[in-house]
Amino acid sequence: MKRHLISAADLTRDDAVLILDTAEEMARVADRPIKKLPTLRGLTVVNLFFEDSTRTRISFEAAAKRLSADVINFSAKGSSVSKGESLKDTALTLEAMGADAVVIRHHASGAPYRLATSGWIDSAVVNAGDGTHEHPTQALLDAFTMRRRLVGRDAGLGKDLNGRRITIVGDVLHSRVARSNVQLLHTLGAEVTVVAPPTLVPIGVESWPCEVSYSLDDVLPKSDAVMMLRVQRERMNAAFFPTEREYSRRYGLDGDRMAKMPEHAIVMHPGPMNRGMEITAEVADSDRCTAVEQVANGVSTRMAVLYLLLGGSEPAVTTASTPRTEESK
Amino acid sequence: MDAQAAQNVGAQSTEAMRPVLEAQDIARVLTRIAHEIVERAKGADDVVLLGIPTRGVYLARRLAAKLEEITGTKIPVGSLDITMYRDDLRLKPARAIGRTEIPGDDIDGRLVVLVDDVLFSGRTIRAALDALGDLGRPRAVQLAVLVDRGHRELPIRADYVGKNLPTSLRETVKVQLQEEDGRDAVLLGQRTDTAAGQ
Repeated sequence: MKRHLISAADLTRDDAVLILDTAEEMARVADRPIKKLPTLRGLTVVNLFFEDSTRTRISFEAAAKRLSADVINFSAKGSSVSKGESLKDTALTLEAMGADAVVIRHHASGAPYRLATSGWIDSAVVNAGDGTHEHPTQALLDAFTMRRRLVGRDAGLGKDLNGRRITIVGDVLHSRVARSNVQLLHTLGAEVTVVAPPTLVPIGVESWPCEVSYSLDDVLPKSDAVMMLRVQRERMNAAFFPTEREYSRRYGLDGDRMAKMPEHAIVMHPGPMNRGMEITAEVADSDRCTAVEQVANGVSTRMAVLYLLLGGSEPAVTTASTPRTEESK
Repeated sequence: MDAQAAQNVGAQSTEAMRPVLEAQDIARVLTRIAHEIVERAKGADDVVLLGIPTRGVYLARRLAAKLEEITGTKIPVGSLDITMYRDDLRLKPARAIGRTEIPGDDIDGRLVVLVDDVLFSGRTIRAALDALGDLGRPRAVQLAVLVDRGHRELPIRADYVGKNLPTSLRETVKVQLQEEDGRDAVLLGQRTDTAAGQ
């Protein structure tokens, strides 16, 4: 693995499978009486959030705390950033405080990359969502949820998502979740189709490793998992579709549409959901919707990422074997 | 992938290694340890066997089968991964973690017997004791090992030992088990440069 997790494209297939396998073991910690491991004791993880987020920040915070790391939450509101401090000065401050990892969410695409490559800080950088670019840990937890549901908990260990058909529906243009998912799912061998109104398909989508469709009804019967994206009203400063009602008619998932999906297929949503817009309450509350499961899996997956980045002298190596050696017995 | 690579390493180095225990010796030793456990626990009613991955888990399963033969009751057997509790994590790249499987509801009030293949520095067992502390409060914890090769670095000893094997630090002990390596043997050899570098 690389030292930072900036993009889902940074991960090889073996890296991704190692993260998912590790997450599977981390998930078991949640069932124990003491939900804590001593592994990252003495390390400091800074959550640097320039953009509002509840579940991602809480998820990273819970993950770091379960691994016994010290967590410092830094949100732009009410901090020196609102007084005009630059990213560089904020980074230098964190460096001076001795952060071992910085989890950054930023409204500007590329901010985590800048932080990781500028030489301002020595710590590992984890991208928790930057602009409309990427959100790699969300893609990892989605892949983890799919592997659990479609392949099986124990049966999935060591396996990827080879041949599974994943459909991503909605505001692909503004979605960092879609971008990271397409990359990662492709790496894991899945066949990805993105479905969106033409106005919400990004320029350059031809170069993405996925199919593009404008018709949800055509794709649904051939999907093992359908991921509904949130319609991001806050990023919509132009008219991308005539009315919300028209959008939800053509691209929303309701009970009738869900019935067209194969028996085993699951419905995913990265949250927060706009009930009645991209997903109806009937679908959101059904057994096939994994939205709540995804939140729980998020903590396990982020524990795995933090452990594999920080738990040794360097990030986990996936090519060479690291069996327990005799010296340590 | 790990197991395969480990096997390749094993295939290279085991040719020059001398067997100290053969398959039938290992079977005999495990039978004796099983009898000792029953004797000391007065029936093994509350015994839980926890193997330390990888080979400790196979040994624990074999011991459980023998205990079942002796007592006629089913003995819970599981695994206890100690990776996250190691004291040398910072010395190497982050490692893949193994499976922890606690049989039954919990280990509170039970007699936990930890099972491992080789007892050496004692650091693994120290980590295992820490891991157990986070999982519950056993009535007592005991340790069974196939081979004790000495050179302890912590005040830890085994309750049940298959074979005491006095070694020098220049030597290396390798346990092979059918489930992982395709044959049962305990091998003793000189440390090669690759082993020293590990």
